This record gives sequence, structure tokens and C-alpha cells, in this order.
Amino acid sequence: MRYSIWSIIKQGLRSNRDWKTAWRDPKPKASYDAVIVGGGGHGLATAYYLASEHGMTNIAVIEKGWIGGGNVGRNTTIIRSNYLLPGNEAFYELSLKLWEGLEQSINYNAMVSQRGIINLFHSDAQRDAAVRRGNSMLLHGADATLLDQDDLRRMCPYLDYENARFPIMGGLMQKRGGSVRHDAVAWGYARAADLLGVDIIQNCEVTGFMMKAGKCVGVDTTRGKIRAKKTGVAVAGSTSRVMGKAGMRLPIESHVLQAFVSEGLKPIIPGVITYGAGHFYISQSDKGGLVFGGDIDGYNSYAQRGNLPVVEDVCEGGMALVPMIGKAKLLRMWGGIMDMSMDGSPFIDKTDIPGLYLNAGWCYGGFKATPGSGWCFAHLLATDTSHDVATAYRINRFQSGAALDEKGSGAQPNLH
Amino acid sequence: MLLIDCPHCGARDETEFACGGEAHIARPLAENAISDAEFAEYLFWRDNPKGVFLERWCHTAGCRRWFNAARDTVTHEFIEIYAMGSLPKSKAAKDAYAAAWRRQTASEKAAKPAQKTSGKGAKS
Repeated sequence: MRYSIWSIIKQGLRSNRDWKTAWRDPKPKASYDAVIVGGGGHGLATAYYLASEHGMTNIAVIEKGWIGGGNVGRNTTIIRSNYLLPGNEAFYELSLKLWEGLEQSINYNAMVSQRGIINLFHSDAQRDAAVRRGNSMLLHGADATLLDQDDLRRMCPYLDYENARFPIMGGLMQKRGGSVRHDAVAWGYARAADLLGVDIIQNCEVTGFMMKAGKCVGVDTTRGKIRAKKTGVAVAGSTSRVMGKAGMRLPIESHVLQAFVSEGLKPIIPGVITYGAGHFYISQSDKGGLVFGGDIDGYNSYAQRGNLPVVEDVCEGGMALVPMIGKAKLLRMWGGIMDMSMDGSPFIDKTDIPGLYLNAGWCYGGFKATPGSGWCFAHLLATDTSHDVATAYRINRFQSGAALDEKGSGAQPNLH
Repeated sequence: MLLIDCPHCGARDETEFACGGEAHIARPLAENAISDAEFAEYLFWRDNPKGVFLERWCHTAGCRRWFNAARDTVTHEFIEIYAMGSLPKSKAAKDAYAAAWRRQTASEKAAKPAQKTSGKGAKS
């Protein structure tokens, strides 16, 4: 059933009797043309674009738990394409363009809200870096606006401009950035893929890969063997463990990242604001909760919960930037497991094992990349070649010395 | 808050420490004997187990000295803390050391300096 204002009125008049489940709950078939491991945002987007752009409909997404229960449900819902390096910016701009047309293409209200993102700067050097980044964005066809302090004071009068140590001098704004209802992204892609014939199989954990003559020919799961001509893995924080079952090692560490939501408040923060002198960023959800977060905990972790020192650090950043939020009560906090790559950039690549493909290493920037990642991973699975905007996301960049170090902090995952 | 038992200073809050990642990565001194891909295993590839993990910590806001630790990456429990340059003694940590894929890598096997080739032609 197509969702529209008319279907809501019609079903409302019929006491909502005829709504169908948004996706089926099929049993796994014995074989598929392609199997995607991981029913998160990236896996579901990949399945949707494989079906809609490449005509591959005999495919399945298999998920250990329930779809959308991992990082796509554990993030701060920000979308943006404000990157500097050519290897990144073209990709993220494609992703942002896909966000802009997402709801129409999947017929699902994902509440894509382009309310703008502002990266603040606090020194002349940071201003120069912001100008350089903004110019790089403009050269790649994205939008960027440099704001001075007066512009900012009009938009956000409550920031601590006169902070003695880190006065706010201005910010680099991307007006097309914003936020999205994160759960709806998973559900919308799942529903759209399901309508095209994709099997979404939940509660189905991969226990191993089926190998034949050095080639991956499917997966062993808790619900039986599933053969597949091509197997794509998009499992974020579990990447090292899942790929380890295929004997593959990676330049990835798993770290926990926390995020926080306050009680609901009246609208005050227009878009996303990021602090330039500490690790803190904040936005406000449509329900009114302040959504904010900061740095990773700093040591390898598979626990989906964080520790208190980072809570304190994030709150200190928040108080330094937006002192008024000290009055707000914290409602919820959570942790997600990030697949931190050594240079802070992701992988969308074939592996050394024919038939096995990898989508990983998104660090804590995976949500905004969801449509672009699905688009490019589907392209790779369907054509066996990297998409034009994802050619920098090869694993062998670490062997050739072409690391994609957006932050310029070197090859250490807990710095990204 | 983790309470970490610095071998030099005693138990202190985790905010005094910095984690240095995977321990026991031996530098391949015979680097010319291995390929770029194998050298990348030493430089960039990381063990990332769910469970017991051997890692380095530095008491950055204390004595500034490094030490090794075996820690569970799910419960965050410290199983053993031991000196740099030594191997763990507890069974769980010894098993983790032996089971790590790095023990089988060419980069670790090349951790000793290149041997001088014997024979008439070898001069350097």
C-alpha cells in the first residue's frame, strides 16, 4: 500500500483495519543472487538500491537481532557533506543529494529536515581552516556559508561568545545539512526493499562463511545454510568479528561512542551546532529533546554502554558552549559500537576472497553516509567495480600509503 | 569509572590514564624481507577481539610510565596488569596471547633483525 495523505484518511475512516505490516517475515531461501549481512541502515539501503537501481531482486538481508537495532538506532541523526578531502567530499555530497530525494523514492516519511549545521571556530587559524574547507565544499558542488560573530549572534544568541579561553569568532555553515528521523531510515528502506521483493530475515546470525575453492559461496547461519553468489558484509562494530570468521583481518578497532537526549523543551536550537574547541555537538529533535554527544570512550569496547568520564567531558563541553543547557535534565543516554578505522575513513571494497564484499570502517560518521554507502555498495556488488565517488575507500590504501586522513591526526583510531 | 591499578602508583581513576591500544606488536626489523602488505599488518592492522584483549596503558597524569594490561572488552574488567616487555601470566591472558592472529603474521616473524647472509658474496 502506498503511503499518502489519502491512505491515512481512508484507513482512518475504516478504524485503521486494513494497514498491512510494513515488511514480510520470510523464511530464508536456500540460495540468493546476493546476501547482505547486517540489517542496519547501510545494509538495508544497499538492498534497496540493488533492487531499485540494479534490478537484483533475488536478494536477502540477514540480521542477527532486529533491523535498525544497531547504530542506525543509536546515533545523533545528523546529515551533512562538509568534508575537505576530494576522496570524501564527492561521496558525502552524493549521499546528501540522496537524502534530499529519499522520502519520495522510498515513499516513507523519514523527517529529513535541512535545518543547517554550523561548525564554530574560535581562532584565526580555525577560521582559515573553515574557509579552506568551505571552498573545497563549493568546488565539489556542495553549499557552504561563512558566518561571522554578528551573523551567529542573530541566529544563536545563547552561545557563550565571550568565553575567556575560547571566544566564538564565527562558524562555517552548511544550510543543506540537518537531521533525519533515524529509525524511519531503517524502516523506510526495509519497507521499500521488501516491496521490491527483497527478503529481510531477522533473528538470523551469521556463524561462518561457506567457502569453495577459495571463493565465498554463501553464509552459515543460525537458521541454516544460505547460498549466495555474492555476499556483502555491513555490520559496523562487529566487522572484525564477522570478517574474522572468513579469516580476514582489518585495520579496525571497535570503540564505544555515547550520545545523550534531554527532556523535551520548547524549540531553541535551530539546527546542528558543533563546538570547535572541544568535542561537543548539539541539535534539537522535533519532540524537543536536546540531542548531543562528544568523544569516544578511548579504549576498545564491545559493551553498548559508556563510562562516566566521557559523560563529564561532554557535559563540560556543553556548559562551555551553551551554558543554558545546564538547566535541562538528561532523559536518556546510550552507547553504540563504532568500527573505528585507522585513518577515520571507511571501506567500500572487494576483499581478497572472491564473492565477499565489505562495507565498514565508518567510525562515528556512518549515519549521514547511509544512502551514499548503500548506493555505492550496491554498485560494487552489482558491477564489481568501485563507484566513481568511492574509489578512495579501498582497503589497500593502507598498503600503498594513500590513507584518507580527513582530520589530519594520523593513523590512530582513537584520535578520529 | 574504571579503577586502574598502576603497577607503580596503585589504584587510580581512569581519567589519569591513556589507552595505547594493542600490545605485543613487534616491529619487523627485517623490513626488507617482507612485502608492503605485510608491513601494513604491523603498522595499521589491529587485533580487535570481543573478550580478553591485551593492550598498553600509560599513566599519563601520574607517573607517565607505560604498562601492559589484559582487559575484557565486554565487561571492561582488568584481568591482569603486567610490565612492559613481559608476557602475561594468568591463563586467560596467556590464552589470548597465543590465540591472537598476529602471532602467525609475516611481520611478527620478521621482528628479529635481518640475518647476515652467509656465503662468499655477502659483504654487508
